[in-house]
Amino acid sequence: MKQMDEIQKRLLAEVADLHEVPEGAYNIRSNSQSTGRRSTANIEITSKTDVSGLEIRIRPGTKRESVHIPVVMTESGLKEVVYNDFFIGEDADVVIIAGCGIDNCGNQDSQHDGIHRFYLEKGAKVRYVEKHYGSGNGAGKRILNPGTEVYMEENSSMEMEMVQIKGVDDTERITTAELAAGAKLVVRERLMTHGEQRAISTYHVNLNGTDSSADIVSRSVARDTSYQKFDAKIVGKAACSGHTECDSIIMDQGRILAVPGLEANHVDASLFHEAAIGKIAGEQLIKLMTLGLTEAEAEEQIINGFLR
Amino acid sequence: MLELKNISFQVDTEGKEKEIVRDVSLTVPDRKLIVVTGPNGGGKSTLAKLIAGIEKPTGGSIRFDGEDITDKGVTERARMGISYAFQQPVRFKGIRVLDLIRIAAGKTLSVADACEYLSAVGLCARDYMDREVNASLSGGELKRIEIATVLARHSKLSVFDEPEAGIDLWSFRNLIDVFRNMREAIEDSSILIISHQERILSIADEIIVLRDGRVEKQGTRAEVYPSLESEAAENAICEGRIRAMGKGGTVQ
Repeated sequence: MKQMDEIQKRLLAEVADLHEVPEGAYNIRSNSQSTGRRSTANIEITSKTDVSGLEIRIRPGTKRESVHIPVVMTESGLKEVVYNDFFIGEDADVVIIAGCGIDNCGNQDSQHDGIHRFYLEKGAKVRYVEKHYGSGNGAGKRILNPGTEVYMEENSSMEMEMVQIKGVDDTERITTAELAAGAKLVVRERLMTHGEQRAISTYHVNLNGTDSSADIVSRSVARDTSYQKFDAKIVGKAACSGHTECDSIIMDQGRILAVPGLEANHVDASLFHEAAIGKIAGEQLIKLMTLGLTEAEAEEQIINGFLR
Repeated sequence: MLELKNISFQVDTEGKEKEIVRDVSLTVPDRKLIVVTGPNGGGKSTLAKLIAGIEKPTGGSIRFDGEDITDKGVTERARMGISYAFQQPVRFKGIRVLDLIRIAAGKTLSVADACEYLSAVGLCARDYMDREVNASLSGGELKRIEIATVLARHSKLSVFDEPEAGIDLWSFRNLIDVFRNMREAIEDSSILIISHQERILSIADEIIVLRDGRVEKQGTRAEVYPSLESEAAENAICEGRIRAMGKGGTVQ
């Protein structure tokens, strides 16, 4: 692996909890270059030839292996679109850790648009973790627009954890999923926006097969004058179950728009949504203050817990 | 030692001023367990909030260990050694029982040490440490966790607002032991419990009766308790008469 500087290493730790070369298969992309890659017997990583990006093929039956594909950007003014396709074989059970960290100290915007497509064969099981992080005090914006498409065959399951807590100025996330019979999708999104940041998260999930299910839960905090939009739509086309939840804390002059959407096209589709937006409850602050915390410390504890 | 001098508390309700606490003076001496009792709406919970700093008195002063704390906020009073257990425990999304006990203790307790506080309130600690302090816990569980947070603070003054409220009888028996143990280990601290419960009254060193925002009676358990018992007996007779009338009978 090529040498990375300290900022790149720090970003890598933030987005992938990586300090050293990871176990298992990985590809590390730094300032638009692949700076390290390893395939394993069961997981093959190759570069795409037509566009920028990777093809990751996981053999059927692969168990308890992981793939890391972090991206770090430290040059101001970089703009890139990357297409990564994951093919997960029948009955494989893997963890995929993606994530993007941008440090922009310059005056030009830095932008990474990662388009991830997942093709899960029958019975495949994936846990997918994606963390976003931005740092640097330049005037240039840090922009991330992730697109995620998930295609799930019978009885496959996918658990997605999406985290964006700090420093990303502008995000438009679009996640779509198609679920066949017995497939199960679980999404846990955690988001905090500061300053004038803007984050838009859109889901469109089609429950096409009998007994398919989706559970999408977003917890978010909007501070300062930031803006968030959570737009989650589940369409039930069979006997299926779907649930979306948007639970948000609003602070300062933050703004949040929650647009839960349910569409049932089958009499046995069972769909729910919940959405709640509000400031931190006064009694929560008071309880923690009676334990000796200042109001600011109490606020921090409440938010940390909420976004855990 | 906590001293309340001429404490009053008024609120504005629909343009009308209502006095909830009227000119209350009382002392909670060191090494004593004091129980404040009295009818509902008598100002007991408000009194507890005034002590914790959650409400500010509209008149009078509060001293704690000789220092005037009337203008001090919740945090400052907590740091001086005043603890307060809510009558209705607060729920938190994402904050675990272990986190709350650690915040209360003010240091990074080991899981084993944190367990002790939960065991003390009759919870099987290992099952609870990683649970979130949210609506998935029952009222009784939350209540016991609330009391455990106060235990973890080892305060100079611990105030409990109706610890028996919302708790089942079985748990309540254990709770009496919690307070009895606290009483035994009281050393230089003191305990103030707001309660209607006979069994809590029976372990008090002193009892204060608050009615219509005023201190009606104040004294040792031996002085005050008998009058409460006879009052309770009278109420029971009254209720009996009303029941008899309800059945079409005449007042006996």
